[in-house]
Amino acid sequence: MSENGEVLVKVSGADKVYRRGSEDLHILDKLDLNVPKGEFLALMGPSGSGKSTLLNLLGGIDRPTNGSVEIGGDEISMLSDRKLAWWRSRHVGFVFQMYNLLPVLTAARNVDLPLLLTNLSSKQRRKQVELALDAVGLSHRLDHYPRQLSGGEQQRVGIARAIVTDPSILLCDEPTGDLDRHAGDEILDLLDTLNREQGKTIIMVTHDPHASARASRTLYMDEGKLKTEKPE
Amino acid sequence: MKFLPIIWANLKRRKLRTALTMASVLIAFLLFGYLCAIEEAMNAGINVAGADRLIVRHKASIIQMLPMSHKERIQQIPGVQSVAHATWFGGIYQEPGNLHAQIPVVPEEYFEIYDEFILPEEQMKKWKETKTGAVAGRTTADKFGWKIGDRIPIQATIYEKENGEQMWEFDLVGIYDSDKEGADTTQFFFRHDYFDEAQTFAEGMIGWYLVKVDDPDQADAIAKTIDEQFANSTFETKAETEAAFTRGFAAQIGNITAIMIAIMSAVFFTILLVAGNTIAQSVRERTEEIGVLKSLGFTNPQVLALVLGESCFLSTLAGGIGLGIAFWLISMGDPTGGNLPIFYLPTRDLVTGVICMILLGLLTGIAPAIQATRLKIADALRRAA
Repeated sequence: MSENGEVLVKVSGADKVYRRGSEDLHILDKLDLNVPKGEFLALMGPSGSGKSTLLNLLGGIDRPTNGSVEIGGDEISMLSDRKLAWWRSRHVGFVFQMYNLLPVLTAARNVDLPLLLTNLSSKQRRKQVELALDAVGLSHRLDHYPRQLSGGEQQRVGIARAIVTDPSILLCDEPTGDLDRHAGDEILDLLDTLNREQGKTIIMVTHDPHASARASRTLYMDEGKLKTEKPE
Repeated sequence: MKFLPIIWANLKRRKLRTALTMASVLIAFLLFGYLCAIEEAMNAGINVAGADRLIVRHKASIIQMLPMSHKERIQQIPGVQSVAHATWFGGIYQEPGNLHAQIPVVPEEYFEIYDEFILPEEQMKKWKETKTGAVAGRTTADKFGWKIGDRIPIQATIYEKENGEQMWEFDLVGIYDSDKEGADTTQFFFRHDYFDEAQTFAEGMIGWYLVKVDDPDQADAIAKTIDEQFANSTFETKAETEAAFTRGFAAQIGNITAIMIAIMSAVFFTILLVAGNTIAQSVRERTEEIGVLKSLGFTNPQVLALVLGESCFLSTLAGGIGLGIAFWLISMGDPTGGNLPIFYLPTRDLVTGVICMILLGLLTGIAPAIQATRLKIADALRRAA
């Protein structure tokens, strides 16, 4: 974790309300969160507690009903769809529980996807892709399709895709949720390395106490609010 | 271009489905190309007809002949530049299936009016020197393997010789070409003086006149004057521009263009449903992948372009192959063996085909593309979880 205490993520009074029929569902309730740059934060909580919704707000793929989300000084909840898409492509990397690789593309092509939105030449992109896959230990799997990779390897490709544009923040939604303990540990080691050695700010949603133990701080979601202590 | 591997990979996702859809689009454009060539053949000559050329035939029918004496009177009408004549010989070369037009003409007169036909000067000179001389179009010469110097026997079906002989023999002295798209290079011309002296059927008569006028804008007025000149005579005439004559000829079969449009509309409507369903299904199957792309920063217009790119790529690839095969088949020649002497795929129809491919791609892709742009990332990712 960075020692300078600079706040990278600042959520203030965020509400998220979904309407189901005539009923309003309050998923997030005036939520506040500060995440310093370089922190590895774990978010825990029962299903439906709003963890993933919060992650979506932080990643700019959903907007709060009220309140604000500020990342690296950008008030992203106020950005237009187009600007928000651009912001995502530059500042945030997503790691999904089910890896969410495109099955018809090789590992290298999957990692290349975010780079297609940049002005890099194909040669430059190729170099970046190789670096990213090397960083996750898969430089020998460039031309393999997802179906030819194990779950752990697929998740590594997912992480390579998340870091290939060198974003400041990684948002991981149950990154070990679909893996066995051994593969899960390898992924957690990798995230730990990215946090310590490259200074990536990581926010990880997990159900697994073993995974959350690797984070520098753990917060618990309960009824739309964040708590420092695990609720009873 | 950098998105092409994604488009291609998506099309390869379900190979059989893509192959079947492509096959249906391919066949539609193969049919389109072939029908265009047939339509062009049916309307043969309209597009290459000279605006300054008139056809003068017997008022009753083209098969009624006109006297050669009309020529001088037509020539004297103001605005007429030159006059030639032609007659349908209707002979058979080797076997009845070998269809091609044989026409007795006065060489220099005819080739002056049909200036799109290219005959080397020395061949024209040789023709003028050889009474039994004939020239053939490149297509027919190639078809039968004729070379200059060959003796070509043609069996008459109408015009017997004086001695009852039906076999006419001609010396091939030239082969004409044309650099004008759609020009008829299947015809076989021989000298009218040889024909007129030897035949017994209609001496001093010809089939129709060809008139070149000074000013194309005056063509209709001159046609009217020609008809007035011979009104109430035994040989009344019907003069009209070459294009009008050709159009009228084609119309005897029916409105070919309307028939073609009806067939192609039905085909394309069906293809629209088939290809549209394929793209829609394909996009529906990858809802979560579209969500992932958007989470990575792909904007809605980029997602729209990806889906439309996929549908357009499919339609232009399959359509291009179909049109290419049609072009190749058409270039092999008239499938009827001579009934369609002008058989080719016009450039304008090729361009129309390409426009249709792009339109087909846009129409089949637009609904799923819009659906993909409306997809909310969180909803799409939730489906994947």
